[in-house]
Amino acid sequence: MARTLINAPASARRGEVVEIRATIGHPMETGFRAGEDGKVLPRNIIQTFSCRYNGELVFSAELFSAVSANPYIAFHTVATDSGTLVLSWEGDNGFSQTESLQLTVTA
Amino acid sequence: MTHSRHPPALPRRRQLLAGAAGVVAGVVLRPASAAAGDLAVAVSAHTQGAPVRAGKVKLDVAELVDNGNVVPITITVDSPMTAADHVKSIAVFNEKNPQRDVARFMLGPRAGKASVGTRIRLATSQQLVAVAQMSDGSWWSHTVNVIVTLAACIEGDT
Repeated sequence: MARTLINAPASARRGEVVEIRATIGHPMETGFRAGEDGKVLPRNIIQTFSCRYNGELVFSAELFSAVSANPYIAFHTVATDSGTLVLSWEGDNGFSQTESLQLTVTA
Repeated sequence: MTHSRHPPALPRRRQLLAGAAGVVAGVVLRPASAAAGDLAVAVSAHTQGAPVRAGKVKLDVAELVDNGNVVPITITVDSPMTAADHVKSIAVFNEKNPQRDVARFMLGPRAGKASVGTRIRLATSQQLVAVAQMSDGSWWSHTVNVIVTLAACIEGDT
């Protein structure tokens, strides 16, 4: 399990736009770099990121080698109903991680 | 008598200059023009040949980058983000990294605000392009030039 750091408000008013910032510990090896033995290191990156809000996809991203190590993604969503935000990362070598957070929506 | 000391096979100065000019042109001009073409090709492949207009998109990045390994970027698109009028996708391309693609973001009316941020790698000073597709199918872009003092992935850049 990679370490994640997610910054999002715990509660918001209905209709308010909230910002979600997420970082995950990952080397994001590009596949273009040579290792100490001179051989090219195989690519190991996170390829997709998605955010589901009560099951509905609200944001997703496709990442390439040009994204820095420990990828950081900041995006927004509208607070509609109280519920769960599920963030998931998937990548090379079967990498998969899911984190969920609660958002309480007040009237 | 001094002239006779020179070996006869020594090339003339003009020939040397012409040869050097040819080498310089070959080294400097060819990769630069090829890379710029690559960027246009990558963008048109992404838009499937649809026309891309400048405007609406703002790619926010420092003009002078100290560390090419971690370059914060923010892309903001001028859009009300309603069901009728919203941003569908935002893609970022670079000119001179080993690969043209940087990242692609899929948004919708639920995103609320068309603004995304991330951190990227830049191999050298180059152009970056952000391309956004609106819900009406139109494409908009913003191109910026960045100067990178410490490049990412130097060892692979031979």
